[in-house]
Amino acid sequence: MIKFRLEERAKSPYWLIILSPFIAILVAIILAGILIVLAGANPFESYYQLIIGAFGSKNSFAETLARATPIILTGLAASIAFRAKFWNIGAEGQLYFGALATTLFGTGLVVLPSILMIPFLFIMGALAGGLLLLPLVLLKLYYKVDEVVTTLLLNFVVVLLVSYLLEGPWKDPMSLGWPQGKSVIDEGVLPQILSKTRLHLGFIISIFFAFSVWFILSKTVIGYRIKSVGLNAAAASHAGVPIFKTVLIVALLSGGMAGMAGVTETAGLKGYLTLDLSPGFGYAGIAVAMLANLNPIGVIFSGVFLASIYVGADAMSRAMNVPTYLADVIVALTVLCILLSLVFVHYKILFFGVKKND
Amino acid sequence: MIEFIEIIFTAGFWAATIRIACPLILATIGEVLCERAGVLNLGIEGIMSIGAMVGWMTVFLGADLYTGILAALIIGGLFGLLHAIFTVYLGASQHVTGIGITMLASSLGFFCFKLILPASTTPPKIKPFQPIDIPFLSELPFLGPAFFQHTPFTYLAILVVIFAFWLMNSTPLGLSIKMAGENPMALEAQGIDVFLVRTIAVVLGSALMAVGGAYLTLSAFDAFYFGMINGRGWIAIALVIFASWKPERALLGALLFAGLDAYQVRAQQLAGAVIPYQFFLMLPFLLSIVAMVIAAKRTRYPKALLIPFRRGERH
Amino acid sequence: MIMTTLLKVEKITKKFGDFYANDQISFEVNKSEVLAILGENGAGKTTLMNILFGHYTPDAGNVNFEGNAIEFGNTNNAIKLGIGMVHQHFTLAENLTVLENIIIGRQSIFSLSLPKRQARVKILELSKKFGLPINPDELVANLSVSEKQRIEILKTLFLDCKLLILDEPTAALTPQETDALFSTIRNMIETGLSVILISHKLNEILAVSDRIIVLRNGSSVGEIDTHSADREKIAEMIVGKKIDYPQKKKIPRKSKVLSLVDVSYDKTDAPNLSKVNLDLYGGQILGIAGVAGNGQTTLAKILSGHFKPTQGKIVFNEAKSVHTSPKSFMDLGVAYIPEDRNSDGIVGDMEIWENAIMTEMDDPYLRNSLGIINKKTSFDRSENLCETYDVRMQSIRQRSRLLSGGNVQKLLLGRWLMRKPKIIIACQPTRGLDEGAIASIQNLLLKAQQNGSAIILISEDLDELLTMSDDISVMYKGMLSDPTETSSTDKLSIGLRMAGDGFL
Repeated sequence: MIKFRLEERAKSPYWLIILSPFIAILVAIILAGILIVLAGANPFESYYQLIIGAFGSKNSFAETLARATPIILTGLAASIAFRAKFWNIGAEGQLYFGALATTLFGTGLVVLPSILMIPFLFIMGALAGGLLLLPLVLLKLYYKVDEVVTTLLLNFVVVLLVSYLLEGPWKDPMSLGWPQGKSVIDEGVLPQILSKTRLHLGFIISIFFAFSVWFILSKTVIGYRIKSVGLNAAAASHAGVPIFKTVLIVALLSGGMAGMAGVTETAGLKGYLTLDLSPGFGYAGIAVAMLANLNPIGVIFSGVFLASIYVGADAMSRAMNVPTYLADVIVALTVLCILLSLVFVHYKILFFGVKKND
Repeated sequence: MIEFIEIIFTAGFWAATIRIACPLILATIGEVLCERAGVLNLGIEGIMSIGAMVGWMTVFLGADLYTGILAALIIGGLFGLLHAIFTVYLGASQHVTGIGITMLASSLGFFCFKLILPASTTPPKIKPFQPIDIPFLSELPFLGPAFFQHTPFTYLAILVVIFAFWLMNSTPLGLSIKMAGENPMALEAQGIDVFLVRTIAVVLGSALMAVGGAYLTLSAFDAFYFGMINGRGWIAIALVIFASWKPERALLGALLFAGLDAYQVRAQQLAGAVIPYQFFLMLPFLLSIVAMVIAAKRTRYPKALLIPFRRGERH
Repeated sequence: MIMTTLLKVEKITKKFGDFYANDQISFEVNKSEVLAILGENGAGKTTLMNILFGHYTPDAGNVNFEGNAIEFGNTNNAIKLGIGMVHQHFTLAENLTVLENIIIGRQSIFSLSLPKRQARVKILELSKKFGLPINPDELVANLSVSEKQRIEILKTLFLDCKLLILDEPTAALTPQETDALFSTIRNMIETGLSVILISHKLNEILAVSDRIIVLRNGSSVGEIDTHSADREKIAEMIVGKKIDYPQKKKIPRKSKVLSLVDVSYDKTDAPNLSKVNLDLYGGQILGIAGVAGNGQTTLAKILSGHFKPTQGKIVFNEAKSVHTSPKSFMDLGVAYIPEDRNSDGIVGDMEIWENAIMTEMDDPYLRNSLGIINKKTSFDRSENLCETYDVRMQSIRQRSRLLSGGNVQKLLLGRWLMRKPKIIIACQPTRGLDEGAIASIQNLLLKAQQNGSAIILISEDLDELLTMSDDISVMYKGMLSDPTETSSTDKLSIGLRMAGDGFL
């Protein structure tokens, strides 16, 4: 019988660290290719259609970047939280809460010139997302209630709340019976940055936040504290690191990022709130963060990558008759393959055979 | 006003409670097995989803209902094996693996469904398990229609509870599973393969979760549609904590929860005009959060939960 | 008495990378004999035993048990042959019962029944035969350390063991419990069992063994008959060189720095404290003895600001009132060294410099007003620390988990000492370290004392307490005894107090 043992590497070879995410993506693509074959289509042609669909024209490229905007932000939300080992799976709900805040404040309640209105909406969205997460963080800190389940469950509650508001008190009277929120006022709408496309200012803003988060996490005291709490909270506490305060900041930052994703979609992409505003952007953020190994700058690239898969798969599915769910399968496979690659980066696998007694 | 209280005294309410509880019972006991062995299985929502799809599809393609259950069992076991390879053998993060598996299982399920039935605007139906009348007992007033006119799948779910209880308390495997979740070093010191025990627990648990999903398509309803699991998997995770990782308590918790859900549906019919339906639908999720807060205080987590066991690492 | 060889170990060698944990070790164990394996921490004793028990596979050599070669790397095989091991850190499941813990592993996991009734009978028989009273249905979590050890021993007896290996069995026992253990061992010997006793405590070995093997740096450096043993010679064999033992100088006591007044703690998340009173003076080393689990850790956490007393108060000399948090206590000059340096002290995955500055994040030298860390000054500070406190490392940018135990402790202690703390709470500061590191740490603590720091030394090592402390108090079931001057007490009286003597 072959047994194996995992031995921790003292130092991981640089080439492995750099190449492993790419190898992981490749494996995921190959595995998904098998599914394409099962669907009766040619995998090479399908992937070609996918790439064209994502980057083939100015329009599709813009669409990809527009799709990347919210998932870069939810990716940042997941990165920040997971670094501190705080499992915030509630980005979806925080996103919608941010969208609610945008609708509340941005459809006429407050009117400011654009230059102030847009930051105002982002601040409100961030606060909304952060405040939604806050009670769950406190539950974890004070009562040790597991945050994975609570953040997840709250997602469902928030979506139901949105459904109620859109069908009821916040329904846009001008929408001809369709449940959607009132339009964001002109001062609040994120301007187009590429003509004749849906690409809006939100994309630039998300890049800005990615760099900001990177700076905070790697150069400041709070970033250093977040890292220490994530790696060994007990040791950090014994060295005087304020655990409560640090986790609180993590939660507000994380929820805030996700809340702002709601702002970009409501005030940028669509201009108003709908029930299907987010087809799982919150959950996609987790994949984005994992792919980037929780690195905020990496999140930009993995966000664009994942967005290209979603956008490209739409086009591919129309052209090749392969169900669009393939995109979700590719993303899921990527997450698992990245996990695998992390094992290989940190551990060596040693096989040894055990001789049987004669 | 009195109508709200009268709801509890109708046989229909109790029958509905049991029906609603079954998928939760199966899913919760499945998760109990995994967590008792020390492995958090967040793949539950996805596994239930693909279990529902596979079970239904097997019957749709011509097999009988019991084969459908078997198919769900097998697909659940396979995803459980995948989970175990990552978390038990390779020691990868249980949180991320679980989420990855939920994503994979649900998307794979939807993909295959769309592949086989590409152009379906309304989901096609099958003939699900029909309620059977238990001789004599089903003729009792009130108790009959409430408890003894359920489908065979429902009674199967109850049997699973008994099986799980027996497994955990009276077999060496059950004791090994408990030990694996409390102190895997102790297990290894006795010469038992910790990896094998944990894998068996996760595979068995995941199989049960998938069967729980199949209950929805083979007994409770008769069609598969996207998003039908609707958070039941996550609710089960909350219920596991509420049940203190014991199968008999899982039954109780699921029944309590289902009772509240069944009540909520009926209350909605009475008050629907006044209170929007969304708030009733929120109740299960909010209640689960409350259940977790209550349980967190008096909780004795399996000591080795979430900690990967690495062979050969001594203190 | 005819000497029949039970176990024969020949030239066992085990390497980890380039490091020889065991280098050609040979010895024999006879029936009805207690063989002691003596050596410092890190000498290779546990590795050797793990090879015998099947946890490790050696690179060379063989082992014969009752004349047959044993199969390496197979614990099941070792158990079947009759080798049993009680590890230093117990392998018990706290949330299960005694019975469940003992019968685990007896049946294949594929069999369908759990013979609880027969097991219960056998356990009670063994319990009576060897004088190890226990209740099979008690939850292990409710047992004391010595009771848990009885369970571990019963586990091996339940499996009909012929050779029992005990790894550092007296680490957490009072002197009285140690005596009880030794008489149990003698009982077992009389029934035909053999025992291998691993320890670094020379005095205990001399009390109970028949023969002694000394290991040093992975090799066997001598085999002695206990009857004709020469203490000094053996000590030299263990250490191999002259050690710079700490010299304690008496210094005049300064003013009071800290008082605990009727402090109690009755929450359920830690062992409770009951009306603890304590006065601490500058330049004083107050030793606190006690069996693990009697409240020492709770006391340490209260003294360092991690826990708030549920009753009573803490009075610092200068401060009027104090907010209970680790940070505010730190600002008052309290330093806390936790007992498990690896899980609670050092962040293994961070680089050395990151651990070195962790307590200094308010220092404007290391970070500016916006919160940006100055890497250059941080590196300088860390290099300085490592040099001053002799932390041996390759670079301050290497992973902290690569440091040896002694260097980790020097780093942790050093970063506190750089702040010139007024009060140091040291919990088991030298546990698990080799003699050289132990001396270094003890010297550092004594130097701090001479500079005026007050030290609370919580230790299970009575020798250490007697050497280092000015006064000793004993912790028992959450109560703290009044301090007695070290010069007027001894191991026996401390031992009695540790077992409850003198407490209400």
